[in-house]
Amino acid sequence: MLINCPFCGPRDLREFSIRGADVALDRPEGTEWSEAWQDYLHLRENPAGVSQELWQHTGGCGAWLVVTRDTRTHEIISVRSAREAAT
Amino acid sequence: MRIPGLGHGIDRNRKVGFSFNHRRLTGFGGDTVASALLAKDIKLVARSFKYHRPRGVMALGSEEPNALITVGTGDAAMPNLRATQVELMAGLKTRSQNAWPSIEADFLAVNDFVSPFLSAGFYYKTFMWPRGFWEKLYEPFIRRAAGLGKLPMAHDLTPHEKAFAHCDVLVIGSGPTGLIAAWAAAEAGADVILCEEDTMLGGRLLHENEEVDGTAGHLWAADMSERLAAMPNVRIMTRTTVTGAYDTGVYGALERVGRHVFSPDEALPMECFWRITARATVLAAGALERPIAFENNDRPGILLSAATRGYLHRYGVAPGSRVAVFGTGPDAHRTARDLKAAGVEVPYLVDTRSDAPALEDTEVISGARVTGTRGRKALRSITVGARKLEVDALAVAGGWTPSVHLTCHMNHRPVWDEGVQAFVPAEGAVPGMVPAGACRGVYSTAGCLQDGLRAASDVLDMVGLTPLSLALPAAENGAEVPTPLWHVPGQGRAWLDFQNDVTVKDVKLAAAENYASVEHMKRYTTQGMAPDQGKNSNLNALAVLAEATGRSIPETGTTTFRPPYVPVALGAIGAGARGAGFAPRRLTTSDPDSRAMGAPMIEAGLWFRPSYFPRSGETHWRDSCDREVKMVRETVGVTDVSTLGKIDIQGADAARFLDLVYANKFSTLKPGKARYGLMLREDGHVMDDGTTACLGDGHYMMTTTTAAAGPVMSHLEFVAQCLVPDWDVHLISATEQWAQFAVAGPMARAMLETLVDDAIDDATLPFMGWMDVTVGGVAGRLFRISFSGEMGFEIAVPARYGASLFRLLIAQAGAFGGGAYGMEALNVLRIEKGFITHSEIHGRVTAFDVGMEGMVSKKKDCIGFAASRREGLLRDDRERLIGLKPVAKDGQLLAGAHLFTQGDKPIRVNDQGYVTSVGYSPSLGCMIGLGFLRSGPDRIGERVRMVDHLRKVTTEVEICAPVFLDPEGERARG
Repeated sequence: MLINCPFCGPRDLREFSIRGADVALDRPEGTEWSEAWQDYLHLRENPAGVSQELWQHTGGCGAWLVVTRDTRTHEIISVRSAREAAT
Repeated sequence: MRIPGLGHGIDRNRKVGFSFNHRRLTGFGGDTVASALLAKDIKLVARSFKYHRPRGVMALGSEEPNALITVGTGDAAMPNLRATQVELMAGLKTRSQNAWPSIEADFLAVNDFVSPFLSAGFYYKTFMWPRGFWEKLYEPFIRRAAGLGKLPMAHDLTPHEKAFAHCDVLVIGSGPTGLIAAWAAAEAGADVILCEEDTMLGGRLLHENEEVDGTAGHLWAADMSERLAAMPNVRIMTRTTVTGAYDTGVYGALERVGRHVFSPDEALPMECFWRITARATVLAAGALERPIAFENNDRPGILLSAATRGYLHRYGVAPGSRVAVFGTGPDAHRTARDLKAAGVEVPYLVDTRSDAPALEDTEVISGARVTGTRGRKALRSITVGARKLEVDALAVAGGWTPSVHLTCHMNHRPVWDEGVQAFVPAEGAVPGMVPAGACRGVYSTAGCLQDGLRAASDVLDMVGLTPLSLALPAAENGAEVPTPLWHVPGQGRAWLDFQNDVTVKDVKLAAAENYASVEHMKRYTTQGMAPDQGKNSNLNALAVLAEATGRSIPETGTTTFRPPYVPVALGAIGAGARGAGFAPRRLTTSDPDSRAMGAPMIEAGLWFRPSYFPRSGETHWRDSCDREVKMVRETVGVTDVSTLGKIDIQGADAARFLDLVYANKFSTLKPGKARYGLMLREDGHVMDDGTTACLGDGHYMMTTTTAAAGPVMSHLEFVAQCLVPDWDVHLISATEQWAQFAVAGPMARAMLETLVDDAIDDATLPFMGWMDVTVGGVAGRLFRISFSGEMGFEIAVPARYGASLFRLLIAQAGAFGGGAYGMEALNVLRIEKGFITHSEIHGRVTAFDVGMEGMVSKKKDCIGFAASRREGLLRDDRERLIGLKPVAKDGQLLAGAHLFTQGDKPIRVNDQGYVTSVGYSPSLGCMIGLGFLRSGPDRIGERVRMVDHLRKVTTEVEICAPVFLDPEGERARG
C-alpha cells in the first residue's frame, strides 16, 4: 500500500503511522471539561466507507497528513498536509 | 518411459545423478524430479494425507497435489516440495513423505481400510468419547497418522532474502498471453517486470505441439524471451511465483534462487521474497486442467491429460506404454493424437460425448465414462461399464479451470461464466489489474494472443503510455468448451481433493448433514484446505455440492482464494529478521567501553544500556549494584544518559509552545536555566517527564525519557502542525547528535573541575542551571541536574567525542574513588529519592496520582488540562503514589505484587493497589519500593500486606512517603 506524501511522493505504508480520525484537528476551546471535550476525546465514527484520518510520515519527513481513505477497499482518495488542513 | 526424439526442455547430453528414497537414479539436465521418475517408470511417489493411499505424479507444476517430496537431509531437509517443480541437479537427495517404514510398505495404509470411520467430520464424531481420551490418545494418534512432511526441528538456517521492485507494468505469467502483453507494453516504453513460475518462458506453449507465427510454439516463446531479455526496460523473473495481490498495486512474489543450483555459493539465498509495486498489472495466470472424480481415480499412473502432453513434449516422457485417455472433449483427442505420434500405444479413448469423432488405431468409446480402476501401487486396468480394459496409465481431461486466485485476494469473488462453465474474474476485482487469456476463459492460442494485446493496451492507458500497433502472430484458433463432467456416479470412493483426501461421498455427507453452505462444506470436509488450496479440485467439489443440494453452481457460490498462491516458507517472508536482524539496535558511544568493562547489557527499547559494572570478587549483580549505589552517595559515579530523548525546539513561539505541551509553566524560564517538566496526554493522564533547558531566546533543549522519545517527538509534531499550525515553532530530534553523561556524587564537582576549562561553582552554575563549557578543547554543555539526589551534573558533547569523553570521565572518577554505574544502581538511586519513571507513569496515572497535581498550572491552558480536571481523576481514594518498606528488615518486595489491607483476604475485590518499582537500598539496609495505594498519602505509617500470587510471596510492609533519602534535597542543591 502506498501513501502519496505531499512532500516526499508515494511511499510505502510502513513509513507511516496512523493516529485515527481527523477529529483530533478540532481541539475544543476552553479549559473547562465539557461535552465538546468528551466528544473530541472519545467519540468516533466507524465508517464502512470514506474515512478522514490523520497519519504521520514517521519514517520520512515527519509531516502530519490528512488521508481520505475508503475503509472497504483501502483506496486512498486524497492526501494533504494537516498543517494546511488546520489553517 | 523416455521417448526418443522428443523433449525440447531436456539436454540429453547432460546426465544428472540423483536419489529418490535412497535409490540412485539418473535423469537429464532440464528434468524435474517428477519427469525423471516418470522416465524411470516410478509411479508410486507418495502416500496420501489421511488414508495413506499410494499416489503418483498427476500434474505438471505448482498445482501438483500428490507428489510432495522432502528434499535434502538432516537439518537442511525441506519437506512438501512438489516433485513437479524440483529441478534435477547432481547429488540431489529426495524422498517420499507420510509413509512408514517405507513408501512400498506403509503401516498406516490401514487407514485406507478403516476409511468408513474416517469420513468427513470424523474428528467430531469418532473421537468425542470418552472425554479424557482426546488429549492423551486420539489427538496424538491423529497428529502422527495424518499430515504431510516433517520439518526438521533444528533452527532453520537456510539463507533467504527479501527484495523490492517497482515497475509500470507487471505481467504475471508468460504463456502466449503474458509474452505478447509484456512485449506490447515494453515496445510502448513501459518499465515491465515479467514474472514466470516456471524455469523458462512460454507457459502452455512449452507443453503443446502447436505452431505460433509459423514456427513451433516453444521456439516462438524462446524467440520472444530473447527479444524481451534484450530490452533494457524489461526485467524477466523466472522461477518467480506471484503469491498475493495487495492494496495499491503491491504484489508478493517468491523467487526460487538457490534451490536448483548445485553447491550455491554462500551469498546465494535459497529463496527471495519480493514486494513488487506495479502501476498496472496484466494477469496472465492461465488455467489448470481438472481431473474427473470417478471410483479410485487416484491410482499412481492416472495423470491429467495436459500434464501428459507436457511430459511428452518438454521432457520426452510418457507415463506408460499402454495409455488410455478419458475426457470430455478435444483435449482428450489431442492427448491421444500426441501420444500416438510419439509411438505410444493408445488403445482406448473414453469420451463422454455420444458423438465423439473416431480415431485411427484407437477404440473411441463414445458416451462412456470410466467407472473404476484397479492396481494398488500402479494402475493395471480401468473399468468402463462392463468392460475391464488393461492399461498402465490413464490421462484424464476434465476441462479447464481459469486461475482466478490473485483476483480474489482483495475480497472479490469470481463470477460464473456459463459459456466456459467456470468462474472467471469479476470486473475490477483488483484495482489496476487486467486479467487476460485463459485466466478469464479465453482458451485458444490465437484468442490468448489477441487478449494479451488488448490487456496491454488497457494497462498502457492506465500508466499514460500509447500502445503501438503490433501485428498479431498466427496461431491455432477455436477452442470448444465441452460440457463438463464433474464426477461419475458410483458406489466407491471418488477423489475430489487429492491432497486432503476428500471424496465425493464426503461432500455429499456434508450436504446431508446440512453443511450445505459452501463455506461450511469446505470446513467440514477440509476440501481445498490443503497447501494446494484445491487448485484443481474446488470446482468439482462445488459442482458435487450443488448437485447434492439441488442448486446451480452460481447459486451455490464459491469459497475464496487467499494469499499465498503457493506455500511460502516463513523464512522467506521473514528474511533478514532473524537474531540481530529482528530489530534495529541502538548503541551509545560508550557501548564498546562498557562491554569491555564486563558490563552485561540490557535492552531499553532499541537501546542497549549497561546493567552494572562487575569488579573482581563480586559474585552477584547485587554486590556490584550495592557498591555502585554507595559509590554515588559517597564519592562520584558516571553513567551514560545519551539514550534520553533530546528535542531541539526553536522559534518565536517556542516558549508559548512549551507552556502548551507541558503542564507547568516554561515561558518564565530564563536562558541558562533548566526546569523539570511534566507532560500530559490530552486525556489528562501523564505522558512523560524530563528537564528542558532554555538555551537562549526562543531556543530550548527538551529531554524526554528513553522509552517515550519517539512518541513525544510525534506528539509535539502533532501539536505544532495540527493544533497551532500558525505558531512559529520548529522541532528536531537531537538524541543521536549528543553524547551525554551523568556525573553524580559529593565529589562530582571536584572531579569535573579537573576536566572543564570553566568555573563551575554554585554561583556560576547553580542547581537547575546549565552553561557552555570546554572539555579537552571540545565545546559542550554542562547541566546541573540530578536524577540520583546527589550533587549531579550532565555533561554533553557532540556524539563523535562521546567515546573519548566517557573514557576520560571513568579514569577521572577512578582517581576520586568512584567509577561507572549502571542501570541497576541508577534505579535504586532514583527509588531512594522517589523519582518516577515509566514504571510509575505507565499510562493510567494522573499528575494527581503521582503527587504532582500542583504542577498543573491553573494560569494557562495545556494539553490535557481540561481532561485532568475531571472529578473522577481528582478523587482522594484513587490509587496514589506511596513508598513501601518491609516491616521485617529482610522482607522481600516484588514489583507487580498487589497490596491488601491487613485482615482482608488477598483476592481481587479487596485489591488496594500495587507495587511498581523495588530495589535494595544500601543506604537504608533493606528493600524499598514505590507503588500506588488507594488514598495512599493519607495512609502513611499504616501496615499493609504485599501479596504476589505468581511468585507466592507475602510480605508485611509499611506505607511511607515516596522519598526515602534527603527529603529536603540538600545534597543536590549543594
